[in-house]
Amino acid sequence: MSVLVYVENAEGKFKKSTFEVVSYAKAVANLLNTDLIAISIGDVKQDELSTLGKFGASKVLNVDSEKLKTFVIQAYASVISDAAKKEGSDVLVLANSFSGKGLAPRLSVKLQAGLVDSAVELPKIENNTFSVKKTAFSGKAFSIVELHSANKVIALNPNSFQLTETSGAASIEDFQPEIKDSDLRITVTNVVRATNKIALPDAELVVSAGRGLKGPENWPMIEDLAGALGAATACSKPVSDAGWRPHEEHVGQTGIAVSPNLYIAIGISGAIQHLAGVSSSKTIVVINKDPEAPFFKVADYGIVGDAFEIIPKLTEAIKAYKSHS
Amino acid sequence: MKILVCVSNVPDTTTKITFSSDNTQFNTTGVQYILNPYDEIALARAIELSEGGKGTITVIHVGEPSSEPTIRKALAIGADDAVRINAIPRDAYFVSFQIAEYARSNGFDLILTGRESIDYNGCQVAAMIGEFLDIPSISIIKKLDIDGNSASIEREIEGGKEVLRVNFPFVASCAEGVAESKIPNMRGIMSARTKPLQILEASEIEKLLEFTSYSTPAPRGSVTMLSSEETEKLVNLLHTEAKVI
Repeated sequence: MSVLVYVENAEGKFKKSTFEVVSYAKAVANLLNTDLIAISIGDVKQDELSTLGKFGASKVLNVDSEKLKTFVIQAYASVISDAAKKEGSDVLVLANSFSGKGLAPRLSVKLQAGLVDSAVELPKIENNTFSVKKTAFSGKAFSIVELHSANKVIALNPNSFQLTETSGAASIEDFQPEIKDSDLRITVTNVVRATNKIALPDAELVVSAGRGLKGPENWPMIEDLAGALGAATACSKPVSDAGWRPHEEHVGQTGIAVSPNLYIAIGISGAIQHLAGVSSSKTIVVINKDPEAPFFKVADYGIVGDAFEIIPKLTEAIKAYKSHS
Repeated sequence: MKILVCVSNVPDTTTKITFSSDNTQFNTTGVQYILNPYDEIALARAIELSEGGKGTITVIHVGEPSSEPTIRKALAIGADDAVRINAIPRDAYFVSFQIAEYARSNGFDLILTGRESIDYNGCQVAAMIGEFLDIPSISIIKKLDIDGNSASIEREIEGGKEVLRVNFPFVASCAEGVAESKIPNMRGIMSARTKPLQILEASEIEKLLEFTSYSTPAPRGSVTMLSSEETEKLVNLLHTEAKVI
C-alpha cells in the first residue's frame, strides 16, 4: 500500500499548484499510515525533482523518455497506471488541472478506481468508508463522494490545500516502462504558454471585470490593477461573448470556476451564473456603480461608485502599499 | 464521417440549487432542465463539420424518459438520429461505459462531448469513453478542424494552449471557442418530432462510488462598505483584516 502522486511540470519546473497536490497527497498518506511516492514525466532536472521531498514524497519515479516530451495522453495514463501497479499504490492523487482532467478519468477506468474530481478537502476515513468532498453544480454546492473501490483516484482543485513543508528528502529513481506505439496516437505540434501572465485557474489573486467597463478599450486599466497586484485577469460571460476578452477568462457557471484568495469584481452585477464560479473565493471585493447590484450580497468589501475613477486610485494605493512592504 | 455527440440533461443555469431535508438528494422540484450548454457547443461543431453531406450525426443520451425534450432539442438543432440508453445516469463511469458500448458496436469516426456537465462538473465522460474504447481522448478543446481522416485540435492548458494532430477515431470534449451554439429553427423543430429515437437498455457495470450527501457554501459574513475615496483603506483591510495581500 502507498499513495502515488502525479506531479505536473511546466517547461521542466514545478508550480505552486504541484506542491499543493504533493502536500495534500502526503496528508492522505499520513491518514493511511503509508508512504508517498511521486511520479514525474518529462524533462525535469534532478534538483527540481528533489524539491518534492520537502513536501513529503519519499521517492520520486522519474520518467524521462524521448517519446514523452509532450503530453501524449494515453501514454502518460499508461505510465502512471504502471507506476501505481509497480508500487502497489491504491490511492492516486493528481491536480484537477487541464491535463489532470484528461488523465484522471482514463486512470479511473484503467485501475477500476472510483474517481473524485474537483476535491476540496482531505478524505474522511471512518468505519471502513472513504469519502471526499468535491464542488458540484458549478460552485453552487458541494457533494460528498464515497469511494467503494479498492483503488481510488482524487483530483484536487487548485488553491484548496495549504503547502506543508516537511524535513524529508526524496530518493530519485529512473522509471522506464515500455511505451506501446498504440499509446502514441497524438502528435503535439505546438505548445504556446504566455510566460508573462498568471494563469487564471490557479491564480491566488484575480481582478475581474464586466460590462460596466463599457468596452475592450478600457481593459488596460484592469490590466494595470492586476499587474500591480500580481493578479490574473478574468471577465464575466457577456464580456467574453461580445469578444472583448478571450473565452478562457470567462468565470462563471459555463466558464471556469475559480477559488482565489482575493477576487475583485469590477462592473459585474453578479448574476447567479457568475456567482457560481466565484463562491469559493476567500475574499470578494465588489466595485459597482449600482448599489443594488446582487454581487454586494456575497461580497466581503464593497465600494459603490464609478470604476473609471476608483480603479486608477486603487492601483496607485496597491503600488504604494507594495513599495512599503 | 460518422459523428456521435453525447448530450446530458442538466438544471437550467439560473436554478437555485437546494437539497432534500436530509441533504442526500438534489431537490428537483420546480427545476427546469436543459440541454447541457457545453454539449450544445459540441453539437454545433458536429453540424458545421457535417454540412454538405460530409457526415451524419447521432446524439446519445443516458437517462430516463423525462429527458426526451432535451434529446428532441438536439434533433431540432440538427442531429440526424438519437439513442437513449434507458437508465438513471448514476455517475460518469456508468454513463461512459454505456456510451462506449454503443460506440463499439456502431463504429464512429469522431465522438464529441461538452467539456463538462454543469451539474456534477466531472469533466470525465470523454476521457473515460476514450479509455473504454482504447482510443485517444482530448479534453477541453477550443478548436477542432478536420482534414480527411485526421483532425487539428487546440486544447486549453494553464496560461496557454497546445496544438495537436490526431487521426480518427478519437473522443474530444468541447469548450467555448469550438463553435457558437445554434438555435433550432421552425423546420428543425418540426422535423425533430419524426427523427428516429432508439431506446436501448443499459449494460451492467460495477459501482465504484456513490454521492452520499450535499451541502451549499456557508453564507458569507456581512459586507463592509467603503466610499469611493477609501481605496487606501481597502488596501489596508485586505492586508490586515482579510490577510490576502
